[in-house]
Amino acid sequence: MIRAENLFKTFDDHEVIRGISSEFLKGKTNLIIGRSGAGKTVLLKLLVGLISPTSGSVWYDNVDFFSLDKKQKRAIRMKVGMLFQASALFDSMTVEENIRFPLDMFTNMTKKEKLSRVDYCLERVNLPGINRKYPSEISGGMQKRVGIARAIVMQPEYLFCDEPNSGLDPKTAIVIDELIKSITVENNITTIINTHDMNSVMEIGDNIILIHEGVIAWRGDKAEVLRSDNQILQNFIFASPFLQHLREAALERQNELTLRMDKK
Amino acid sequence: MLFSRFLYHFGRYLTMMGTGLARPEKGYMYYKETMRQMNDIGIGSLIIVGLISIFIGAVTAVQFAYQLDGTLVPQYYIGYIVRDSTIIELAPTITCLVLAGKVGSNIAAEIGGMRQKEHIDAMEIMGVNTSGYLVMPKVVASIVVIPMLVALAAFISIIGGYAASVPTGLLSHVEFVQGVRSFFVERNIMLMFIKSVVFAFILTSVPAYQGYFVKSGSIELGRASTNAVVLSDILILLSDYVIAVLFT
Repeated sequence: MIRAENLFKTFDDHEVIRGISSEFLKGKTNLIIGRSGAGKTVLLKLLVGLISPTSGSVWYDNVDFFSLDKKQKRAIRMKVGMLFQASALFDSMTVEENIRFPLDMFTNMTKKEKLSRVDYCLERVNLPGINRKYPSEISGGMQKRVGIARAIVMQPEYLFCDEPNSGLDPKTAIVIDELIKSITVENNITTIINTHDMNSVMEIGDNIILIHEGVIAWRGDKAEVLRSDNQILQNFIFASPFLQHLREAALERQNELTLRMDKK
Repeated sequence: MLFSRFLYHFGRYLTMMGTGLARPEKGYMYYKETMRQMNDIGIGSLIIVGLISIFIGAVTAVQFAYQLDGTLVPQYYIGYIVRDSTIIELAPTITCLVLAGKVGSNIAAEIGGMRQKEHIDAMEIMGVNTSGYLVMPKVVASIVVIPMLVALAAFISIIGGYAASVPTGLLSHVEFVQGVRSFFVERNIMLMFIKSVVFAFILTSVPAYQGYFVKSGSIELGRASTNAVVLSDILILLSDYVIAVLFT
């Protein structure tokens, strides 16, 4: 579990994060949602320790991350995997070398063991046999999956995903969502996803926080999204008239079913 | 204001270099990266170093032949001047100024690109000491390889001086060789290597700093690359002066 306690982050005079406290649960897909510029990416970077908060703390289970020294922070980071918005695969390395990089750097595994681990991770993301390809030779969706393979190669306890669906078509986005969800449940890890993709919210939102102007404007799960009357949430999730209409239709249908159940 | 900015950058530079000195996570990975950098910096710069060196020697020989023409200074002095000016000054300084442009801008762009494409963040999250893994192999590789390049540059310059003066009849083969072998001071070779090590450190660490802390955007990356070359050149010339004062 990861816990944020009263996080504040200020850049020059601009307060981007203003007192965020939240728990991100183990074995669940925890979503941070919000409009562009709301502070989602800054919050994710604070949680993963890439930037330090102006005040507040981030707890990895029972450890206060920002109170640790560099060596201890590195030890925590060995348990962290991250999927970046643009995948962040090293261009000069093949897919295999990209995934193998953390193993080369931090383990004493034999070459055979490393290759077998790389192959397992590639199979896990449904991309067997692309070991020798370079990132520039595969599609954006495949790059994301390779990014996931690299993130899970060290068997992390915490998985961070920064806009995993950005730039992907809806069908591929669903594949990525399902993959992240299944990896989270299978390995019982704490997954935090920063997204503004509606499908992700409705499909894999086990624990959702909505960030608005640096504070948490709403929290709940995917089932509560439809029922909530929080105006900021509704304006964000059902931004277009078409989506608002869909929501009303879904709510009507839900009410009908509830009435029928009551009558029975 | 300017001074406080200097202190800010200098402090951040020292912190980056200090962090880079931490014990490598995996020695073999650092070794592999250092070898790759040696190849890129050393082998990759052979042609340009060779070309400029020939012309440095040639121009020095022709220029001094013109200056000494009609004076009482013996002709063989041209060989002596070509040798000493290339060893003491031209080979290390001009070679490193050129390498600051070639290698320095490449380092700033490479590390800056990695910063912008979140590769450095990805490595940080894995637990890699990024200033160690990305900066130190470049610095070590250049400190090893650039003195070799400079020695080669000095040798080629002397050949360039010979090629420009003997076949053209400015002086004879015997005179040039006599000049090259006259008044040899071994200490000058040491001076050349001291300069090349200092310059090598500057021309890799300064661009690495510029790239490591680059902000987002292609304009920023271009600016970092330009700053890397300009700053390296200024610092190379400044340190050249300091070394000259200290060692001569």
